[in-house]
Amino acid sequence: MKVLTCLMLVLALAGCTRERRKPTDVAPSSARPEGSPESALQPGPTGTPPSAEPSAVALPAEGMPHAPYEQSAWAVSEGKRLYQWYNCVGCHANGGGGMGPPLMDDKWIYGSDPIKVHQSIVDGRPNGMPAFGGKIPDSQIWQLVAYVRSMSGLLPKDVRQTRSDHMSVRPSEQAMRPAKPKNEAGTPPSAERPG
Amino acid sequence: MNLLERLQSLTERFAQSALETAGPQAERIAALWWLFFWVCTIIFVLVVAALVFALYRGRARSVEESSGPAVTLDSGREAGIHRKIFGLIVLTAIILFAFLLATEMTGRSLASLTSSGGVTIELTGYRWWWRARYLDPAPERIVVTANEIHIPVGKPVLINLYSRDVIHSLWVPELHGKRDLIPGHPNALWIQADRPGRYDGQCAEFCGQQHAHMRLIVIADPPDRFDAWLDAQRVTAQAPGDDTAKRGMEVFLTGSCALCHAIQGTDANGQVAPDLTHIASRATLAAGTLPNTPGHLAGWIVDPQHVKPGAAMPPNSLSAEDLQALLAYLKGLR
Repeated sequence: MKVLTCLMLVLALAGCTRERRKPTDVAPSSARPEGSPESALQPGPTGTPPSAEPSAVALPAEGMPHAPYEQSAWAVSEGKRLYQWYNCVGCHANGGGGMGPPLMDDKWIYGSDPIKVHQSIVDGRPNGMPAFGGKIPDSQIWQLVAYVRSMSGLLPKDVRQTRSDHMSVRPSEQAMRPAKPKNEAGTPPSAERPG
Repeated sequence: MNLLERLQSLTERFAQSALETAGPQAERIAALWWLFFWVCTIIFVLVVAALVFALYRGRARSVEESSGPAVTLDSGREAGIHRKIFGLIVLTAIILFAFLLATEMTGRSLASLTSSGGVTIELTGYRWWWRARYLDPAPERIVVTANEIHIPVGKPVLINLYSRDVIHSLWVPELHGKRDLIPGHPNALWIQADRPGRYDGQCAEFCGQQHAHMRLIVIADPPDRFDAWLDAQRVTAQAPGDDTAKRGMEVFLTGSCALCHAIQGTDANGQVAPDLTHIASRATLAAGTLPNTPGHLAGWIVDPQHVKPGAAMPPNSLSAEDLQALLAYLKGLR
């Protein structure tokens, strides 16, 4: 019986797969992803609130484009690195928000769906969010999306980051309780007409 | 013959030897190394000789005594063996203590090789490249470069060592021993080169996938040439000359390059990747991975992950025209 148990345990190891890191298959991008929906928003009073229509991002045949990134701890940690590198902290701080809205809470002005977050990064949003489409590779945008979503606990716990390399200003991503997204529909306050 | 020649050129290209010293620090370390080498060689020869003698004598005696009674030790002989063993233990302790003393003295003499008012370089390790800043009290005279440092011949140079991610270690065998770059713990190293030349340094602490491609090139120049180099590095980037280079500058500034790289004198001010203000004056690309030629540069820009998998630079798909323009622009950044 003992032998059998040991054998089972050893065999169970064969089921483990190493997380794959494939830096070579980073999709190069010099333009905005094709089919990405253009926002109808304009700066200034002529703006109209974004429609709630489903996104028209062209999906790869094998599944959702964000799936490989949201299941890989490495991709999420790359997202965390890029979050610093591309100065997301400049406006959103370490998730607590500043000039830009906080990212670690349960409020999602433009939706918590990965495709919506992707769209926010690619096209930018009114009131200051710059467009990164055509500047950085699509894979890096998806890594950022995965990391942003991990900040409010929307990703599985095993891929979320356990600690920061620098001084800790908030609980680690892994320690965040999954927050049920609010404000999924309706007019984003930042897109309302002034007045 | 061809293979032999190629092997020779390879060893010349990658020659890094702590015994071919080029400065006082390395000389002292090499002297210590030779002391250890010769003392240990002599002891090794003596031990092997004693072993061979014992085997030979023991064999002769066993033939002689095989018919006689079992070997017995009288107390006088036993005491003699004890004395010999005790003597050898004392001798071993004395030799080890002498080694300790020699090491300590070498360390002290290395620590005394400093000066004041010389060149100070702030060297920061990243995965997997080096950022070098030549400090100066006047901020506009500070020089930032990457992966290649120049030092004046015959003058002690202070290198302050920092790391921004993991533990790295700087080792330029011809100039000094290893010194670790530890995140959050500044370290320092004095080096001095007594003859002009190129000395290759290497990261000597395993720091990840591309640890082997983390080379630092140290070029020792005569003082006047060093000053000329430093003055040239202080100048902001050369403006693009022709229309192609102007287009290249536009590609650099509006594309993804400027998000990470800086070129002094332009709007590009990314601080997370090597400074490219004088990229064309450097001998290698990607921390000594490739020689700095237009072909290698083009390959590196388009697909860095093929050359150095895991490096932070993403692939860039540029149109052929844009790529050529970018190369023309970067070629002009002397």
